[in-house]
Amino acid sequence: MAWTRDEMAARAAKELSDGFYVNLGIGIPTLVANYIPEGMHVTLHSENGMLGIGPFPYEGEEDPDLINAGKQTVTELPHSSYFDSAASFGMIRGGHINLAILGAMQVAENGDLANWMIPGKLVKGMGGAMDLVAGVQRVVVVMDHNSKAGDVKFLKACDLPLTGTHVVDLLITDIGVFDIDKKNGGVTLIEIAPGVTVDEIRERTEASFEVAPGLA
Amino acid sequence: MNKVFPDAASALDGLLFDGMTLMAGGFGLCGVPEHLIEALKASGTKNLTIISNNAGVDGDGLGVLLETRQIAKMVSSYVGENKLFEKQYLDGDLELEFNPQGTLAERIRAGGAGIPAFFTKTGVGTLVAEGKEIRDFDGEDYVMESWLRSDVSIVKAWKGDTEGNLIFRKTARNFNAPMATAGKITVAEVEELVEPGELQADEIHCAGIFVQRIIDGGSYRKVIEKRTTRPRS
Repeated sequence: MAWTRDEMAARAAKELSDGFYVNLGIGIPTLVANYIPEGMHVTLHSENGMLGIGPFPYEGEEDPDLINAGKQTVTELPHSSYFDSAASFGMIRGGHINLAILGAMQVAENGDLANWMIPGKLVKGMGGAMDLVAGVQRVVVVMDHNSKAGDVKFLKACDLPLTGTHVVDLLITDIGVFDIDKKNGGVTLIEIAPGVTVDEIRERTEASFEVAPGLA
Repeated sequence: MNKVFPDAASALDGLLFDGMTLMAGGFGLCGVPEHLIEALKASGTKNLTIISNNAGVDGDGLGVLLETRQIAKMVSSYVGENKLFEKQYLDGDLELEFNPQGTLAERIRAGGAGIPAFFTKTGVGTLVAEGKEIRDFDGEDYVMESWLRSDVSIVKAWKGDTEGNLIFRKTARNFNAPMATAGKITVAEVEELVEPGELQADEIHCAGIFVQRIIDGGSYRKVIEKRTTRPRS
């Protein structure tokens, strides 16, 4: 049985370590915040200029001057700090952020990522995604293994316009987890959702991958 | 020297011309210079190039300048919240230049700091690097990006003094601070305008050297784009 959105978020949370500064994208990545292990100190970065994102405010306590990168109202924590957009992306570009967890439209076996544009459709813009994948120390992608229409999303090469080249370190889908060697190439399937077979994953994947010992 | 103007219209008087380039601070509707945008609308200045992370929403923020068709070109990183934008863009009435958000912020910072170009890894191997110089530093490819400067920058701060020193509040700082540095002329609107000495000098986010004109904006609408809350348990 495929993993749920929450199970995928919980799996992504296993990539966190104590003391990490982390940027979470919109969608399933946002759910990762619910699975930070108790006692682990993780500081969430919001590229519009905040470290230490707190939970959503109680009704009536929303502050229009306090939003996350998805433009949602949030709160601050005792260790929060604010800064301008140039400093915020200095943190990203300068390699100070330990981990980014993002969604994707397509991922390729060489670590290429496409998540911002479908030609022929109105393009909303890349926002901070290109800066994040180029600058953050480690990039984890969480996405459905196939599109709703059944299209393959984990490919030999992306055919959508790229967000970054050789940037993805780990891919978590609803049926498996793949380790990607973005420098030297090579993909290894390291975990499988319960009840899913390697054959099924191969059928639903274009990228070539090895299977970690003991999995098959 | 007097930097203080009585209202937004007078603060923009003599600065506006058709075809000019403006920077407008804010992220979404957070920290947008709402009074100066209204005054820009009332001025009727046309054919504007506006550098701003977003394009407002329908009827709010820079969205009001789309209604009046005053914008010819946007330089932004994300414009997904605006139906009118979509229509004008698809009709060919509006030019759009997408920048990765961090590249946009750094181009503005570079403009304010007198740095005509810089190299970044952001966008290498993608559409945004096409036609731009690529250079190898320590074995990795970087793309050259150039500075951005404006004829006029309009910014919004929380508190300011009559010298133009500014303090921002929470995430409303965003693009306001770097844009203030990159305008030939920067006009700031604040929620509270005070006399010199009333702001702690150590707590100034943007020094008055970057601000030529300032107004007390009085009341603010501060529209929330996506109100998200949690239940009280």
